[in-house]
Amino acid sequence: MSDFALVASQIRYEQKSYWRNPAAAFFTFAFPLVFFFILVGVAGGGHDASILGSSVKLSQYYTPSVLAYGVMSACFLSIALNLVRQREFGVLKRMRGTPLPSWALIGGIIGNAMIVATLLSVVCIVFAIVVYGVKLPASHILPLIVTIALAALVFCTLGIAASSLIPNMDAGPAIVNLPYFILVFISGTYFPINGGLAKVAAYLPLRPFIVAMYKGFNPLTTGSAWAPHQLGSLALWGVAATFFAVRNFRWTPRR
Amino acid sequence: MAAIVVDDLHKSYGSTRAVQGVSFSVEQGACVALLGPNGAGKTTTLEVLEGYLKADRGRVEVLGMDPRHATREWREGIGIVLQGTAADPYLTVRETLARTAGFYPRPRDVDEVIGMVGLDEKADSRINKLSGGQQRRLDVGYGIIGNPKLLFLDEPTTGFDPSARRGAWEMIEGLRSLGTTIMLTTHYMDEAQELADNIVVIGSGKVVAEGAPDELGGRATAAAHIRFRLPAGVDPQSLPIDATLDGHGYYELTTDDDVKVLHALTGWSIKYDVALEGLVSNRPSLEDIYLSLVGRDLIADATEPEPTGATR
Repeated sequence: MSDFALVASQIRYEQKSYWRNPAAAFFTFAFPLVFFFILVGVAGGGHDASILGSSVKLSQYYTPSVLAYGVMSACFLSIALNLVRQREFGVLKRMRGTPLPSWALIGGIIGNAMIVATLLSVVCIVFAIVVYGVKLPASHILPLIVTIALAALVFCTLGIAASSLIPNMDAGPAIVNLPYFILVFISGTYFPINGGLAKVAAYLPLRPFIVAMYKGFNPLTTGSAWAPHQLGSLALWGVAATFFAVRNFRWTPRR
Repeated sequence: MAAIVVDDLHKSYGSTRAVQGVSFSVEQGACVALLGPNGAGKTTTLEVLEGYLKADRGRVEVLGMDPRHATREWREGIGIVLQGTAADPYLTVRETLARTAGFYPRPRDVDEVIGMVGLDEKADSRINKLSGGQQRRLDVGYGIIGNPKLLFLDEPTTGFDPSARRGAWEMIEGLRSLGTTIMLTTHYMDEAQELADNIVVIGSGKVVAEGAPDELGGRATAAAHIRFRLPAGVDPQSLPIDATLDGHGYYELTTDDDVKVLHALTGWSIKYDVALEGLVSNRPSLEDIYLSLVGRDLIADATEPEPTGATR
């Protein structure tokens, strides 16, 4: 098999396996939508109100939050926890004993997460447009696709890096939830942030992702919807996470 | 040419010295069993050969290469059946094997392997629906799907019922007849005896004996052990041979020439009409030899865990 076919085959089997656990798949997709509904409802006192002093609706503001949330759970959370589970059950050890190159194994895992993240993003955006009438100018679509794809890839590498820091399966959720919720809260996912916290968050991977998406979803954006600074800092996070993951990847559990 | 060469292998985990100076070699096409109790260092030795662990000291060569520098090509020639591993629970037996076959340049036919490991009826069942024994058979299928030149089997039949064991043995014999070199570990004497041309007995991380099943521990020339009782009142001084009394009222002796001793003894018994109650002449079985070789270790190491993270 050619290298390309090998990765494609890995992705195909990962996908097969993914959709055969319908409960997990359903909740991965249902959660961000329910979350969307609640965020808009709570902040707007039951309806999709305008943000104070502007014509922008809450749903418009929260669409990037929900997308960020979905991409993080499909890429970062699920990869980190799955790798720990596979390591603990000996799946990785067994793979290590075959000629399957590590890049093909990781390629399959990332490819699978990217497909899920893409579907999830499409579902969230369609939901936002159809249910809340969120506006997305045509010229913003390409920058948005690139932003989401890059962020998904970066969160995959962060998930792989995180798996090396988790000693065992029982500790997994507890360990990944801490950075996950810190990021979610201080990055303006639930409510607008400013001041010192915003400055700190700007150096972490989630805030740049959300800010880049705001450009796309803010109807007041004039000119280009590209956010080169944010994309650059996301890319830096991806490079750092990749280096860390390559150096620290574990095939077997710690003893 | 030797498929495997192990020379003075040492491996420790912290203060636990799992393997302390093991040496042996495996010829191409041979089947060698590493026999020993739990904690003897079998799995550690195997995992060094498979490239999972780095030796602290000593030389290891597998198919002409140091396993620590394993390349993709080297892995293509090797099949590994580990303990305590798993596969994706949501894929079927056929899918799992087909996926794995894709990693190798010249794999075996998927359906042929399903037949070889006796999972025909479960071919389209998901792995999370298989019993423990069926999963173990899938492990073996996973090890042979790539059509390896050299196959490592770490306790291939542990937990099998007798008929499943017999089936596994037949399959292993079949692979051998096709020219596959096999290196297996086991703690079953009969398994080593049935399958291996050469048995390496290991206890506490050291080789305690090595040889063909028939010759192991000098069994062919081992001394016979004779024991019997005498009726009350018979003077042991009148016996035609020297025997010592044990604590249970038995006279016993050990001899290299049991035929001669038995002849003298029974002749004396008939001549003087003295019964030799419970007369027994024994040569140690392979099991006895194995237990005498590893007996101390068996007790000493029974409380130690297996020296790898493979089991859970």
